[in-house]
Amino acid sequence: MSPVSTPVISAAGLTKKFGDLAAVDGIDFDVPPGEAFGLLGPNGAGKSTTMRMIGAVSTRTGGDLTVLGLDPDGYGPEIRSQLGVVPQEDNLDTELRVRDNLIVYGRYFGIDRRTCARRADELLEFAQLEDKARSKVDDLSGGMKRRLTIARALINEPRILMLDEPTTGLDPQARHVLWDRLFRLKERGTTLVLTTHYMDEAEQLCDRLVVVDHGRIMAEGSPASLIREHSSREVVELRFGSDRNADAAARLEGTADRVEVLPDRVLLYTADGEALLERVAHLGLRPTTSLVRRSSLEDVFLRLTGRSLIE
Amino acid sequence: MTTTTEPMSLAAIDAAQRPRRFGALYVAEHQIRQMRAYAWTIVVAGVGSPLVYLVGIGLGLATYLDQQVSDGPAGSVSYVWFVAPALLATAAVSVATEEFTYTVMAGFKWRRIFLGMNASPVSPEQICSGVVLAVLARMVFTTLAYYLIILAFGAVGHPWAGFLMPLVGMLAGTAFGLPLLAYSASITEDKGQFAVVQRFVFTPLFLFSGTFYPLATLPVWLQWIGWISPLWHASEVGRTLSYGSSGSGWPTWAHLAVLVAMSAAGWLMARRTFVGRLRG
Repeated sequence: MSPVSTPVISAAGLTKKFGDLAAVDGIDFDVPPGEAFGLLGPNGAGKSTTMRMIGAVSTRTGGDLTVLGLDPDGYGPEIRSQLGVVPQEDNLDTELRVRDNLIVYGRYFGIDRRTCARRADELLEFAQLEDKARSKVDDLSGGMKRRLTIARALINEPRILMLDEPTTGLDPQARHVLWDRLFRLKERGTTLVLTTHYMDEAEQLCDRLVVVDHGRIMAEGSPASLIREHSSREVVELRFGSDRNADAAARLEGTADRVEVLPDRVLLYTADGEALLERVAHLGLRPTTSLVRRSSLEDVFLRLTGRSLIE
Repeated sequence: MTTTTEPMSLAAIDAAQRPRRFGALYVAEHQIRQMRAYAWTIVVAGVGSPLVYLVGIGLGLATYLDQQVSDGPAGSVSYVWFVAPALLATAAVSVATEEFTYTVMAGFKWRRIFLGMNASPVSPEQICSGVVLAVLARMVFTTLAYYLIILAFGAVGHPWAGFLMPLVGMLAGTAFGLPLLAYSASITEDKGQFAVVQRFVFTPLFLFSGTFYPLATLPVWLQWIGWISPLWHASEVGRTLSYGSSGSGWPTWAHLAVLVAMSAAGWLMARRTFVGRLRG
């Protein structure tokens, strides 16, 4: 057995029930060290519950789970000592200043104050917050708070960084700054585990992902392979107006590999979008707008579940 | 438990040693750092409130009292001597009503900092202990300051025995505060419960616990409030420390036993509530 291939996280039949409801319903996956692994799915799919079980703050009700070769049931503090956790909702201490947030948090890992202070300065630089060291947390923008939360999660030099919906609620520019920072961590070899319901985020950051819905894994693979396997190369989006989409779709049946009707548009899956647009024109259909694009994870999700990711 | 030779597992086991041992202290360190934000309030309340009470009661109320309030072994006891131990215990209890309510709500809900701690190696039990330790630290300051001030006012019979009064006061603080901590930790939505605790629990206890007059003055059907009140038990022990006798007829150990039992029950409930809330 080569040490490189030993997974840092291994789940088999992992289940979490709340009463009769199975929030996580028997999922299997392995995460090798250094991978950026994503859980993609809509709200309520069981992503956060899975993250909490990996993070050793929620006990599983069935199946097997090891993190760094240890069972969270008996080794919670040991596992948590090696994780960095970026929660969905920030829980920074707003009574403390920016730099003190990092130092205080480092203490929970038993790191001495001097080391905490040194790492805090390095991490503030990494998070591009050097000039905010003495600021109050409440004076930071949403994107800065997220970066501070990520810096805080790195204070113990974790083997695995867990991010739950890292960019939800951020504006596009703040998202890109954050992605850039996460990309750097990835390059340094940090294992990333993240949940998201944004397909562009999953495509940007994940080496491999699982698509989760109703507590089950629907598909697994790299973003490119998932798209190849579950969608066509291109997609044509046509809008005929909400009351005419269904009629138009009926007439378009057979022109593409697959036709999907959404409330606001019709999606045609095909290898060659431009050629298909010409055939649409020949049929005498006049969409108000038309667009040819590459297939995305959104299309994969729609194919697998019959629903949109963001509703 | 399984044995492992996997290097990453061994590294984790090694890294968790200090948090497993000292986690509660790290939490306390954080909480005390936070108190700096309102350190001024702590100092003003800690020093100002005894000054105001002692001046008001000693120079005002006491001069109107003709009837003697209590007897020590050496004869009649001045009113300020009678009241001082009760005021000291009240100070510790009021620290508890402040810290074991809003601070806990902030930790679980308003600022969610307990959730942040929870993701680190420290356990829910350690978070609970750390919160309590920090409050005890504040109580040490408040009760000691109180004692030194009543000492300066000459309101203590035996100054050396009286130095145990802060400890007894803190025990009243935990007997009242730890059950309150358990309750606060169970609240998921703030609907003004803490104002209710303040008005309908703390204030009646303050007034009906033999704080300003011997409990026996009240009709029997009201005296039970004193029996279940940490304030009464601590005041009686404080009086015994100060001038040798409280006059209640209860032995000192019985008062202490009630305080210890309430603290212990509250402590167990609080820990359990923290675990339930942070581990789902």
